[in-house]
Amino acid sequence: MDPTVETTMTVNGSAVTRRIPARQHLIDFLREDLGLTGSHTGCEHGVCGACTIRVDGRIVRGCLMLAVQADGRRVDTIEGLSDSGELAELQRAFHRRNALQCGFCTPGMLIAAQDLVLHQPGATREQIREHLSGNYCRCTGYQSIVDAIEDVLAARRK
Amino acid sequence: MKAPPFAYVRARTLDDAFELLDKHGEGAKLLAGGQSLIAALNLRLSSPDILIDISRIPELKGIAVAGGKVHIGALTTHAEIERSADIAAHVPLLAQAAPHIAHAAIRNAGTLGGSIATADPSAEWPACCVALDAELVIATKAGSRRVKARDFFKGVYATDLRSDEVLTGVDFPARGADHVSAFLELTLRRGDYAIVGVAAFAKKASGALTGVRLAYLGAGETPILALSAMAAAEAGRPAADVAAALAADLRPAPDLYTTAATKLHLARVLTGRALAALAA
Repeated sequence: MDPTVETTMTVNGSAVTRRIPARQHLIDFLREDLGLTGSHTGCEHGVCGACTIRVDGRIVRGCLMLAVQADGRRVDTIEGLSDSGELAELQRAFHRRNALQCGFCTPGMLIAAQDLVLHQPGATREQIREHLSGNYCRCTGYQSIVDAIEDVLAARRK
Repeated sequence: MKAPPFAYVRARTLDDAFELLDKHGEGAKLLAGGQSLIAALNLRLSSPDILIDISRIPELKGIAVAGGKVHIGALTTHAEIERSADIAAHVPLLAQAAPHIAHAAIRNAGTLGGSIATADPSAEWPACCVALDAELVIATKAGSRRVKARDFFKGVYATDLRSDEVLTGVDFPARGADHVSAFLELTLRRGDYAIVGVAAFAKKASGALTGVRLAYLGAGETPILALSAMAAAEAGRPAADVAAALAADLRPAPDLYTTAATKLHLARVLTGRALAALAA
């Protein structure tokens, strides 16, 4: 039997209490127990960025955090951030610039990009690339993703 | 992959952590930011019986400047160090190194103490600690002791830390107005593990550098203080001679992409750049 721990967290604004196996990482919990499949399980060792989510307002790797560690924390996923409209501008820009093909990296990419919009709005193209270096995309070649984010940052500066 | 089964318990205080370590012995592992440990668990490179989560112990957090020293609690995250005005003013080498650590999402969770206790030879903080002659503060139930960074790192993932001890923080000397520092590393992609890197620190008076300290990451089994190169710098030799002296100091191991000879060459290139940055 897997040892479990009773855990309460706020996911996209709603309180959730569950007994969670200690070894389960946060992304598997969000996907398999809560049905929030927008966060993707990619490499599971912190390299690919497909599992990027926000915990207490800061982006983290969901695969490098145990679900039980989220006890008492506020977790925001792509579902919540889409529904609230916070990502709408970036989503439109990604669509316009054709910044996704298969879409596997897109939720993580959008949340990482929004972190830049919030905390480094003056970022240059080079700084956008640096910030996204931990989010892998195997389709686009990144150019169009950087274009989309650059568009949003430029529009915000006007 | 998925982590193997283990139990989990949260320590509320440092005393709590000592008690749990005592109770669970060798089968326990401390969990801080988890940015190395949880990756290792997911890859099944580690299989503890129980994780003792110390990440919420308040006395292990924060940055304090007092008496010519800057104390950083072990649980302070890379991002907190990166954003700290106190660090930028008093230990700028750490502010220079922080942006090189992995990616923003990892810097928000990973901790100073976790990185030091993990002792990856290509990690940034251990090399900075050695360059700055930092003192690590280590506690047990019985009391605390201090170890110089250069005596702490024993090998790849091996340190002076015993299984009943907790690294509680690091004391850095506060920089004098006449000190300069530089941090440089080479990676395949921004945020990847460094191929090789250097943390450099010196005193600068009327354009001349003295007391140059050069500590390298990715250049051996531990962070390496390059004593031969430092002696060449102290003797006022040109940068090319300082870089040449590195052959006696560094023991880089080849990896999948880079031979030992190439790493030594790259370390020399970085040394030239670091000395130029210190003198600038």
